[in-house]
Amino acid sequence: MTIATFPPEPPPPPSWTRYLGFSTDAKVIGIQYIVTAFFFFLIGGLLAMVIRGELITPAADLVDRSVYNGIYTMHGTIMLFLFIFPVLNGLNNLLIPTMIGAPDMAFPRLNTAAFWLVPVFGTLLIASFFVPGGPATAGWWSYPPVSIQNPLGHLINGESMWILAVALSGISSIMGAVNFVTTILRMRAPGMGFFRMPVFCWTALAAQSLQLIGLPALTGGAVMLLMDLSFGTSFYRPEGGGDPVLYQHFFWFYSHPAVYVIILPVFGIFSELFPVYSRKPLFGYVYVAVASFIIVGLGLIVWVHHFFSSGVPQWMRDLFMATTMLIAVPTGVKVFAWLGTLWGGKLRLTTPMLFCIGGLVNFVFAGITGVMLATVPIDIHVSNTYFVVGHFHYVIYGAAVMGIFAAVYHWFPKFTGRMPYEGLGKLHCLLTFVGANLNFLPMHPLGLMGMPRRVSSYDPEFAFWNVIASLGAFLLGVSIIPFLLNMLSSWIRGPRATHNPWDAIGLEWLLPSPPPEDNFGEEVPTVISRPYGYGSGEPLVEHQAEIERRLQLQEAAA
Amino acid sequence: MTSTTPLAGSAPASPEAAHGHANHNLTGFIIFLCSESVIFLAFFSGYAILRTSALDWLPPGVEGLEWRTPLVNTAVLISSSGTMVLAEQFKAREKLWLFRGFWLLTMAMGGYFLVGQAVEWSGLAFGFSSGTFGGTFYLLTGFHGLHVATGILLMAIMLVKSFIPGNYTGGEQGVQATSLFWHFVDVIWIILFLLLYVWR
Ligand code: HEM
Ligand SMILES: [Cu+2]
Repeated sequence: MTIATFPPEPPPPPSWTRYLGFSTDAKVIGIQYIVTAFFFFLIGGLLAMVIRGELITPAADLVDRSVYNGIYTMHGTIMLFLFIFPVLNGLNNLLIPTMIGAPDMAFPRLNTAAFWLVPVFGTLLIASFFVPGGPATAGWWSYPPVSIQNPLGHLINGESMWILAVALSGISSIMGAVNFVTTILRMRAPGMGFFRMPVFCWTALAAQSLQLIGLPALTGGAVMLLMDLSFGTSFYRPEGGGDPVLYQHFFWFYSHPAVYVIILPVFGIFSELFPVYSRKPLFGYVYVAVASFIIVGLGLIVWVHHFFSSGVPQWMRDLFMATTMLIAVPTGVKVFAWLGTLWGGKLRLTTPMLFCIGGLVNFVFAGITGVMLATVPIDIHVSNTYFVVGHFHYVIYGAAVMGIFAAVYHWFPKFTGRMPYEGLGKLHCLLTFVGANLNFLPMHPLGLMGMPRRVSSYDPEFAFWNVIASLGAFLLGVSIIPFLLNMLSSWIRGPRATHNPWDAIGLEWLLPSPPPEDNFGEEVPTVISRPYGYGSGEPLVEHQAEIERRLQLQEAAA
Repeated sequence: MTSTTPLAGSAPASPEAAHGHANHNLTGFIIFLCSESVIFLAFFSGYAILRTSALDWLPPGVEGLEWRTPLVNTAVLISSSGTMVLAEQFKAREKLWLFRGFWLLTMAMGGYFLVGQAVEWSGLAFGFSSGTFGGTFYLLTGFHGLHVATGILLMAIMLVKSFIPGNYTGGEQGVQATSLFWHFVDVIWIILFLLLYVWR
């Protein structure tokens, strides 16, 4: 490999219109995913504002009851299938090829198709607001018998559109998963054995394996649901010999692993960022990497904890309680590894670091309520109450969304070539952390007091905590403003980013910002050491000094 | 470019490897097949759970399933895996016409299976909505039949491709992928046959 042929000057930046078309470049597709996802985040967030607006008073006074059912169903569905999964796939697209030194994904056209399915099923889902009878109202889990009622008798109704949208989302995710797994397995830079791979890639590999194993079960279950709804079968109808709990098995066989599909990449983000901003190697790298796959194994055998109260036999409850508690062990390994990384480090409290710390705090809290919920007697007591809603929002908003924001701020300079503003970023972080805790903490006492979820009116004794939660929610709504301002203004005219503004170690930081279309092209460097060599002075790749000098010359010339 | 280590794949030696990534297709396809098998697993376990927990499994007036025609169908489908292996061996020995012949025979056997399935369906006394018995029967056989049809289509594409000069002299993986798919569809059918017709 000769460094001499390293392209001396990058070609002029391509026009932004490539983001509107069928690009096959993973970096373009990654940004398409992320922007689309945040568009749906705004819609899902608007629905959340309506929910909290309704709940600020005990009476059902803002929207009609049946409309309320549609709103929380669509809120949950949009946030999961149109925000979280697409935004994570966006990060995968940006980070996997650049982190492993691949020119692109293994199947670029499959990648394009997987992305473009997202706006298709997103439109389908939004369109269901406008069909007779309105959108699906059975909650994001769409349990029968509620979900197989079709009082108006139309073939096209909110529920059937919901099923179709979820099925398309599944197809898109499987296409993505095949692509990510193949890319990680087959396209790593020379010298990058598995135990030299960044943890983000480990967690992406683990999460995408879960998609491949779990999603088909949901798809199968959803096909049977559609048959029951529209074609007169009785898979889930007790009156025809069917079994509604069977659906719950199918649904949660996927949807429990799905929470790990969401949180594993966020573990990856924490593992990437804590070392950068504490200037220390990741504590226990091998254990953190391997724990991802222990979580995969255990994550596949805990699903019944979501319906302990649905008439499952006692042995099943005991078994799944035990497996669920076991999963806290590999998770705890990771938490202690992050703490070990922070311990004694030279902390730099940048926006991404603050988001990570906030996310970690929230995650630990959610982990505690999670273990509580795994305990059968407690779970039966708080099942279907606001305690559950509080728990999963701590994970999803408190930890996952905060981790995703951290990733956005951290890698923004790499892929746009511009620095985001620190002041706005810190304001965003503060509002998010305070808003999320104000919003979701009160849900725990509410649940323990017995307030059920999915209701638009409630007993006045619950009013106090609900008002606080709603204020927190509105604060969260406000927190998006500095974020959007920051993203837009810094993308347009933020200060130019160097190739490595955070002094981070990783292949992606040995590329210009933004990287050329084929990343390293023919000049993939050979990896010679483990990732996160902070403070060791050891180079990550052969000829590292040479590569960095070239990048600096390029930057000085520009 | 016949065998590549994971590392060589990332530093492509030839330009077509850099653009086509042809060497990853089989990996991707195998990963997809593993995932696809989970849908069948879900349907199988749903079938087993519904059947074992049913009070009256058979709808009124239905005696059970006739197994003789399906057994002939099964024999044909399983042998078609054999003819496919033969076809692949001829391809490896560069006897393209023999390859095409056996490939076509495999397609015909798949077609025979599909027709047999349709004939069986048309003679049945119960429908899709006849309880969980009817529902699972049509769901399982229908979903499998869809895979048989897909397999035949893939074979047809590979057959056409074999007429493009030089196409099958290098590391063509489409034939390999199609044959994997076909064996997969066969194995699934054996399980289905056991579940639907043999389990009493
Ligand atoms: C502004 C931020 C948010 C607020 C104020 C909020 C509020 C709520 C509330 C009050 C409910 C319960 C509705 C009910 O049971 O009556 C709910 C449900 C839910 N939320 Fe959120 N949420 C927010 C963000 C998110 C995010 C980011 C996600 C996922 C990525 C999410 C996923 C869900 C899910 C899956 C449900 C369950 C829906 C169902 O029960 O069918 N939420 N949310
Ligand atoms: Cu779970």
